[in-house]
Amino acid sequence: MTLRYPDEPLEDLPTPPFGFSDGDGRSIEIRQATDECIEPLIEMYLEFDSEDRAQGIPPSGEEPIRKWLNIVTEDKSLNVIAWDGDEAVGHAMLVADEDESYELAIFVIQSHQNAGIGTELLRTVLGEGQSQGINRVWLSVERWNKPAIAVYEKLGFERMDNTSFEIQMTVRLGYD
Amino acid sequence: MQLIVGVDGSDYGLRALEESLERAQELGGGVTVALYTDGQEGLDEIESLVSEELSAYEMDVEIVRLEDQPGSQLIELAEREGFDRIVLPGGRRSPLGKINLSNTIEFVLLNAQTTVTLVR
Repeated sequence: MTLRYPDEPLEDLPTPPFGFSDGDGRSIEIRQATDECIEPLIEMYLEFDSEDRAQGIPPSGEEPIRKWLNIVTEDKSLNVIAWDGDEAVGHAMLVADEDESYELAIFVIQSHQNAGIGTELLRTVLGEGQSQGINRVWLSVERWNKPAIAVYEKLGFERMDNTSFEIQMTVRLGYD
Repeated sequence: MQLIVGVDGSDYGLRALEESLERAQELGGGVTVALYTDGQEGLDEIESLVSEELSAYEMDVEIVRLEDQPGSQLIELAEREGFDRIVLPGGRRSPLGKINLSNTIEFVLLNAQTTVTLVR
């Protein structure tokens, strides 16, 4: 992947565990994922509305979801989960590519959308990335998904490519 | 049913080929394989994967190489030779599993007058 990255890294971001009160007054805690989190994540993705799928993920059905979670939770990747009590309501992940860069994706369950959880999840997963020495993060987003693009831009992501169905965006967490 | 199948170096490229061969065997008709690349893989590398796959089938299959602007070449070929359908790989998966469509696939989807099938 030959992507360009911004010259300057982001300022320091929060690391998990990180608690806050969301826009609807619920108390949310963001923690790093452990092996025990797979089942609650499967619960979350089984409830996921298909209109919020992006480029084929999350897949539908328990087995495909399980297989996909195995891929995104492999050793080099970094996963954080937003909890409302014992319910997983959001999941952000950084998955290593072959280039020592990391691909980012984030999902928030419908019942907890539009309450600021996505933004805090993003800030926290990137903060954890910073603390683990990850320097370069990229993502792709469908070009009609204006609300998501606005959130990414506000956080400091820059658009690097606009020639396809998907827009590639990148952010720098540290100097190489 | 005459199929032209675009095969790139992705996993879905070989799936598209396999699907086309199976379909042609069931329904009768021919398959033409159009090799192209918009990833890391070279055409020679892709051709040897294709030959290996073809060895499992007793079919006479024509192979063409599309060097540059594979999308427009594929459309032209399909129209000129009257293929019934263009079959293409259904994209590539990113490290975390997102499907990305290459410029070639997008170009064919938007511009083909022939029916297009994407294989996953």
